[in-house]
Amino acid sequence: MHPIRKQRLYLVLFLILFSSVAVGLVTYALRGNINLFFSPADVAAGKAPVGQAIRVGGMVVEGSVQRSDDSLAVRFVVTDYEATVPVVYEGILPDLFGEGQGAVASGALDEYGVMQATEVLAKHDENYMPPEVADALEKSGYDHKGKAQ
Amino acid sequence: MWSFFHKLGSPPWLYGISGSILRWLLPLTLLALVAGMVWGLLFTAPDFRQGNSYRIIYIHVPAAVVALAGYYVMALAGAVNLIWKMKMADVAMKAAAPIGAALTFIALLTGAIWGKPTWGTWWVWDARITSMLILLFLYLGVVALYEAFDNKEAAGKACAVLSLVGMVNIPIIYKSVDWWYSLHQPASIKFTGESTIDPSMLYPLLLMITAFYALFTCCLLMNMRAELLRRESRTNWVRKLAQGAGRG
Repeated sequence: MHPIRKQRLYLVLFLILFSSVAVGLVTYALRGNINLFFSPADVAAGKAPVGQAIRVGGMVVEGSVQRSDDSLAVRFVVTDYEATVPVVYEGILPDLFGEGQGAVASGALDEYGVMQATEVLAKHDENYMPPEVADALEKSGYDHKGKAQ
Repeated sequence: MWSFFHKLGSPPWLYGISGSILRWLLPLTLLALVAGMVWGLLFTAPDFRQGNSYRIIYIHVPAAVVALAGYYVMALAGAVNLIWKMKMADVAMKAAAPIGAALTFIALLTGAIWGKPTWGTWWVWDARITSMLILLFLYLGVVALYEAFDNKEAAGKACAVLSLVGMVNIPIIYKSVDWWYSLHQPASIKFTGESTIDPSMLYPLLLMITAFYALFTCCLLMNMRAELLRRESRTNWVRKLAQGAGRG
């Protein structure tokens, strides 16, 4: 290769390398801020601030959803299978919200460690299948991730 | 090998060959788009959890995938222009930017429309969505930067450097759902291991992704042809072409 072209090739490679390193360092330094939510384990470890606007996300524990009879108030528990955080919320839940499904609650933790949510979003997983396939999997005793129940 | 490279550098040759490629690729692309759309929207089962709303995946995922791949095309063309001073690479880079911007915009728009019924929100500042917005700004930045220069050679250099620096964003977008907690779910189509989307839904999706790649290629070639005519408008071959078209 022509020496000048070779030099320009190295210049391009250095440009890509150094911009990657710079961006890599910035994202590493800001990794806590890039996470959309705290996991229940983070909350249990005291990493989440109390009384400030934050988000907490995890799976809604089976059997934990309690709805009020006369209002839109609802309470449930989210877990990451290491720790749990109770959530109280008053408002309309997204259609895909359900027990055993992912959810992200935004609001603030009170002094008792309860999440006072002002918004609840449903977090769905990457599994797509027709209802018949889901039923067949259910009957065979495996969940949609192929794990034995 | 080298003669091919030299031909690639010749505008009339590139104009001719791209014309004959487009003659068969364009109808094939439109056919694949229509077939994939009909297959995905009408002949696949609804999802066990999301019902019919998941069908927007047949636009959302292909647009996002090709928006990322298109960025590599733009950045590599920029690099070839920087290193070998190849004018046709500059034409390709300039032509790719607005197409990539349009695809990124489609991915963001369909994502917002999909997010409302499933997540419960149009927009959230999670890592995937924010890095995708940065991709849109990078594409628009290249378009704007190119227009900001009067000297087209300086414009090509500046845009090549911008797109090479922005290339670091592509793996970040791709891995964002694995590296950080995000609302966006991880990828369903996996290169290693089993995909977590049922085969009956996967095949029309793969057809749509292929069709979008072909669509990107068609748009890129058409854009490049237009740019070639604009740049070479004073040359003999363009004049001959215009006279031929005028007579016919």
